[in-house]
Amino acid sequence: MNGNDAARVESAAWRADGRGASVDAREAVLHLRDVALAYEDVKGEPVLALKGVDLTVRDNEFLVVLGPSGCGKSTLLKVMVGLLRPSEGRVLHRGAEVRDTLQDVGMVYQNPLLLPWRSVLDNVLLPVEILRWDRRQYEPIARRILDTVGLTGFVDKMPRQLSGGMQQRVGICRALITDPSLLLMDEPFAALDALTRDEMARELAHLWERRKKTVVFVTHSIPEAVLLADRILVMSPRPGRIDRVIDIDLPRPRANGRKLGAAFEDYVDSIRDIIFSFKDA
Amino acid sequence: MLRRVTRILRRYGPPAGAILAVIFAWHAVTAWFGVPGWLLPSPQAVIASAYEHRDLFPKHTTVTLIETLLGLAVSLVVGVPLAIVVVWSPLLRRTVYPLILGLQSVPKVALAPLFLIWVGYGMPSKVLIAASIAFFPIVVDTVTGLAMVERDLLDMVKVLRASTLQTFLKIRIPSAMPYFFSGTKVAVTLAVIGAVVGEFVGSDVGLGYLILVSSSQLNTAMVFACLVILSLMGAILFEMAEALQRITCPWSVGE
Repeated sequence: MNGNDAARVESAAWRADGRGASVDAREAVLHLRDVALAYEDVKGEPVLALKGVDLTVRDNEFLVVLGPSGCGKSTLLKVMVGLLRPSEGRVLHRGAEVRDTLQDVGMVYQNPLLLPWRSVLDNVLLPVEILRWDRRQYEPIARRILDTVGLTGFVDKMPRQLSGGMQQRVGICRALITDPSLLLMDEPFAALDALTRDEMARELAHLWERRKKTVVFVTHSIPEAVLLADRILVMSPRPGRIDRVIDIDLPRPRANGRKLGAAFEDYVDSIRDIIFSFKDA
Repeated sequence: MLRRVTRILRRYGPPAGAILAVIFAWHAVTAWFGVPGWLLPSPQAVIASAYEHRDLFPKHTTVTLIETLLGLAVSLVVGVPLAIVVVWSPLLRRTVYPLILGLQSVPKVALAPLFLIWVGYGMPSKVLIAASIAFFPIVVDTVTGLAMVERDLLDMVKVLRASTLQTFLKIRIPSAMPYFFSGTKVAVTLAVIGAVVGEFVGSDVGLGYLILVSSSQLNTAMVFACLVILSLMGAILFEMAEALQRITCPWSVGE
């Protein structure tokens, strides 16, 4: 039996598990069933980005999608929110087929994507304007959210006057202003320097622990994943598939990762072994 | 005070020095090699000639300036909405836009006699020629700016159910502003060229006309005087566009 077969067996085992969980699919925020996604590259050759993906996103959980570069993590997020249609399989949101993009979703990307002509406050209020909600009503809310991420004095600054970490905080505030029931984060800290990145992950853990909501967080940093996650989906590359699901039974609050001690390191080590095994296969 | 002087010197010193160096080299060539005035007049001869005919310049400069500005205005009024509809509608992007790009390969200078036939000998033909040359960079740069918005940002507002109008007003148009201005800055200088080309082809007024008449009389100093005014006109209009950019979208220019 070669490595491929082993992977297939494992993924089949997980799939069976996923099917079993479909009983409570109605309670799941999102449910992906045997999703595949193929697209054509620049030469017109078909590329299989995702294959046989089964997963459930539960209410108020912090779900981390972890995998090496190019394993289709971002594609998976786009399928979840309805920006990409799967070539095969189904995407269910609270039991109903996703036909259009999901509403009530906040999105954060690697690049903060702030509008350089708008102040910090106006950037955070952009979703409110697009939704044609009452701006005056949301301005104090925006200020309060900016307070919680330590940007009190920067409300009227322009994005270019802020450091990379601060800009990303603004991006997160913008995703939170509508108080979405689902927050999708695509490698939000990947462009930051290591120290800022660490700090931001801790802040996010703190933020989430104070006010839980459903988060799907994509990263290729193993310690970041273990620090934040309730569950980690480990993806294997080409075509992207879910290799296994790992429950992280670490106590919260976790904002101070060092106090988690040996258990934290054990998780990190075992996940690293799994990801390295993809390269040998 | 001293600091301010140093700052001004640091900013304007190098370009002023470069211009002075060119003028000096020009002077040196004419003086040392005894170049005849009809071939290459000295800087002093150009100034003297310009002074002698000073009453001619206001009228001819005004006409060329108006042709340039009207040409630029026409290209903006046509070009910007065209750029918007081309980015708005995928169908137009695949039909009208290639047509515009194809038309660009037609040499506008060669169209000048045609414009004269169509709209006559007067100012409208010059405005049209200036507009036809200035139009292209405005459309292409504005289209690029409107289209070059981060995919992820568009996804984000799509999930918020933003209308196409909202996407344009809140995201695409502001982010296209720097591109629009770089197109306009190129267009300004092209519009000057267009106006002069139009005057070359047929007119009885304007700096292009003045150049034509002066050169036929071998009054080279006068030709140079007109050239200096034309390049000043182009440079000043360029700087004005840049100043406008700095005022309307300060984020797009350096600190």
